Amino acid sequence: MTIENNSGRDSAVREKLRKALSAKERTAIPRQTMPTLDADYRRHSNEEVNCGFTADQAQIEATRCLDCPDPGCVKGCPVAIDIPGFIKAVQTDDIAGAYATLRRTSALPAVCGRVCPQERQCESKCIYNKMKKEPVAIGNLERYAADTARGRHIGENTPAAPRNGLKVAVIGSGPSGLSFAGDMAARGYDVDVYEALHQIGGVLKYGIPEFRLPNSVVDYELEGLRRAGVHFHTDTIAGKTLGYDDFLDMGYSGIFVGSGAGLPRFMGIPGENLIGVMSSNEYLTRINLMGAGRPGSDTPVLKGRSVAVIGGGNTAMDSARTAVRMGAERVVIVYRRSENEMPARAEEVRHAREEGVEFRTLCNPVEYIGDENGRVVSARLQRMELGEPDASGRRSPVPVEGAVDTVEFDQVIVSVGVSPNPLVPSSIDGLETERRGTLVVDENLRTTLPLIFAGGDIVRGGATVILAMGDGRKAAAAMAAQIESGR
Amino acid sequence: MFKIVEKTYFSPKVVRLVVEAPEVAKARRAGHFVIVRTGEGGERIPLTIADADIDAGTITLVVQAVGLSTEKICALNVDDSLTDLVGPLGRATDVGLRDGTVVCCGGGVGVAPLLPIIKAFKDAGNRVVSVLAARNRDLIILEDEVREYSDEVVIMTDDGSYGRKGLVTAGVEEVLNREHVAEVVAIGPPVMMKFVALLTKKYDVPTVCSLNTIMVDGTGMCGACRVNVGGKMRFVCVDGPEFDAHQVDFDEMIMRMRAYDAPKNNAK
Repeated sequence: MTIENNSGRDSAVREKLRKALSAKERTAIPRQTMPTLDADYRRHSNEEVNCGFTADQAQIEATRCLDCPDPGCVKGCPVAIDIPGFIKAVQTDDIAGAYATLRRTSALPAVCGRVCPQERQCESKCIYNKMKKEPVAIGNLERYAADTARGRHIGENTPAAPRNGLKVAVIGSGPSGLSFAGDMAARGYDVDVYEALHQIGGVLKYGIPEFRLPNSVVDYELEGLRRAGVHFHTDTIAGKTLGYDDFLDMGYSGIFVGSGAGLPRFMGIPGENLIGVMSSNEYLTRINLMGAGRPGSDTPVLKGRSVAVIGGGNTAMDSARTAVRMGAERVVIVYRRSENEMPARAEEVRHAREEGVEFRTLCNPVEYIGDENGRVVSARLQRMELGEPDASGRRSPVPVEGAVDTVEFDQVIVSVGVSPNPLVPSSIDGLETERRGTLVVDENLRTTLPLIFAGGDIVRGGATVILAMGDGRKAAAAMAAQIESGR
Repeated sequence: MFKIVEKTYFSPKVVRLVVEAPEVAKARRAGHFVIVRTGEGGERIPLTIADADIDAGTITLVVQAVGLSTEKICALNVDDSLTDLVGPLGRATDVGLRDGTVVCCGGGVGVAPLLPIIKAFKDAGNRVVSVLAARNRDLIILEDEVREYSDEVVIMTDDGSYGRKGLVTAGVEEVLNREHVAEVVAIGPPVMMKFVALLTKKYDVPTVCSLNTIMVDGTGMCGACRVNVGGKMRFVCVDGPEFDAHQVDFDEMIMRMRAYDAPKNNAK
C-alpha cells in the first residue's frame, strides 16, 4: 500500500496541490452538501439517510482544505487523525493513501465518518470558522474515503502483522474494545474479544440505528479486524461465564475492559413502570439488535401511535426517528431545557424535524397515567424555564409553577442517560470503582489491577464513539509498553 | 455449540433439556439463570438452570411451552443446538446454615430452579422441607430429585389427584404452624409467590422469591425486567432474580408480564 506517499506536508505532491489554487480561490468554494434521502421516503424506510459525497463533491470539498501548516482540526480530533494528510490524498483520488492515513489512528473510519460529532471536534477548529465561513466537511470526507476504499476493496489483502506469540483479551466489542483490538493486532498480539450479546459491535449494533449506521458498514470493519488477527467470542460475559482466574489460566498478558455504560436511567416519577414506558435501550435493542418489527423476528415491540421520547441526546433522536419508521402518527421529543442546550448533534435534530418529529422543549414529565390494564395513556408535562447555569455550564431548567399539561401518549421512551454497567466491576475482586460506578484508572488507563486496563464509557460514564476509540488506542499503547518492559 | 444431548418430557408441554455449555456448567451457582435464543430470528428469553454437570460440561433446563419462543425450544431434539446461550446471569442464592427449618416451595415448573437451591440448603446442613404444588398429578415435576435432598416433601394439587388437595399456601402454613421455620424460598407463578409472601408476612418469616420477568439482554442494559421492590426500582437480571418477597410489588409485576400479550395490545 502507498502509505507514506504524499503524507508529509512537505512532500512535492502536497506542495503542488497548495500552489495550484490561491487561498482566496479555495475559500470562495462553497461547502458541499451531502445528498440525503427525501424526508417523506425516510419516514417509511430504514435505509441510510445520508447518501455520501459523490466523487466530484469529494474532490471539490477536499480542494477547499488549505492544508494549514499548523492544522487546528488535528488538535480537535480525539485520536489526532492526520486530517490534511487524508484530505489531500482524497483530492488526488489516492484512496489507498487516504484510507491508510485514517487507519493509522482510527480502527473504524467508516463508523467515525458517520457518527462523530465533527461540528464540535475537528470541524470546530477549522481555519474557515475564523473567516466566518463554513468549515471543511471533514466528517463527510472521512466517510467518503472509507466507503470508497471499501468499494474498491482497498486494504483487504494487507497481511496481518507478524505474531509476537503473546495474547490479550478484550471484554466488550464496542468502539473502545474494537479500537484496542485493532491496535494490539497490528502490534502482533493475538487478540480475543469477548462479547456478552450474540452479535459483535456493542452500541454500534444494538444502539445506533440502521438509518444512521448500516450494519453492513460495521460488519465490514469487523471483517478487517478478523483478517488482522482478532478473534471474536459471543455469548461470553466476563466475570460470569469466565472469571478473572479463568482469564489468567488462559495465559493472557493483559485484559482490556470496554464493557460500556449499559444501565438505563429512569427518572423515578410515578407511572414509570406502566406498560408502554420503556428505556431507549430497550426500544432500540429490540429493533436494532433483535430485528423486532421485521419479518422473521420473534421479538415483539410496542408500536405506539402517539410516542413521547424523553431527552435531548442522540439516543433520544435515534429513538424518535425509529418510532417514526415504526409507523407512529405523532412523535414528540420532550426535553427539559431549550433546543440550544440539546446534547444531540445538530444534524440529528434537523433530520428528526424533517421527518416530522415534534419538539416540546422546556418541558419535563412529572407523571405518567395508565388505563385499567396498566398501559400508559398520557403524560403530565411540567413547563420549565431556564434559570442560572449549573455545574455543566448549561442554564438549569426550573419548573414554572402551576404550568402542567396533560398530553396523550400510548408509548413513552425514556432516554435520559445511562450508568456504567456494574456486571464486570462487581465480578472481579480488586477492581475499584468511583462513586458513580465507573472504573478507577490511572493516566495510562490502567485499573487498580495491574493486568487490567479500561476505556470508553465504563471509565467515562457516557461519552462518544470516538472518545471510546481514543481510549482503546491509548490503552493499547500503554499495555503494550507494560508487557514489553516486563519481558 | 450448546448442543442438546438429552431430552425428556415431564408432560406434553414441559420438557427437560440437557445442553452442552461447559463454561456455564462450571460457573453457575444455585439461583443463576441463562438467556437462550433459538434460530436466527430468535428472541432472547431467560431460563433458570435446574442442574449442572461440570464433568459432562452440561446444564439442565426445564422449559414449559407457553409462547412462541418456548414452543420453538421445546420442539428441538437431541443433537439440535440452541443458537445462543449466555450466563450464568443474576446473583446466586444466599445460602447458609439457618437457625431453623428452610421451607422450599415450588409451583409448576418453578420446581426446576428450586431444585439447586434445595440441594444447596441441604448441603449447608439445614433441615429442608419442600412443598411442591401443581394443578394436578401430571404437572408435579422432579419429585424424586427433590425427595433426595429434602428431609420431608409435602405435595399439594389443586384437584387432589396427588398428595393433598389444596393450594401451596396450605402446605406451607402447615409447616409454619408445627415447627420453627427460619426462611421460606418460593418459586413459581407470580400469583403463587404473591400469596406465599402474604402468608409468611403474617408469620413474620423471611421469604425469598425468584422472579422470571420479561428480559431482552439479561445484563442490565434494557430495563424491561424492572420491578418495584420496597418502593425502589430494581432490575431482575442484575439485582435479582431473588428478592425479599415481602417487598416485591407482585401486582405491578403481574401487570408488566402482560406487556406483550395479544390481542389487547399492538405488539408486532
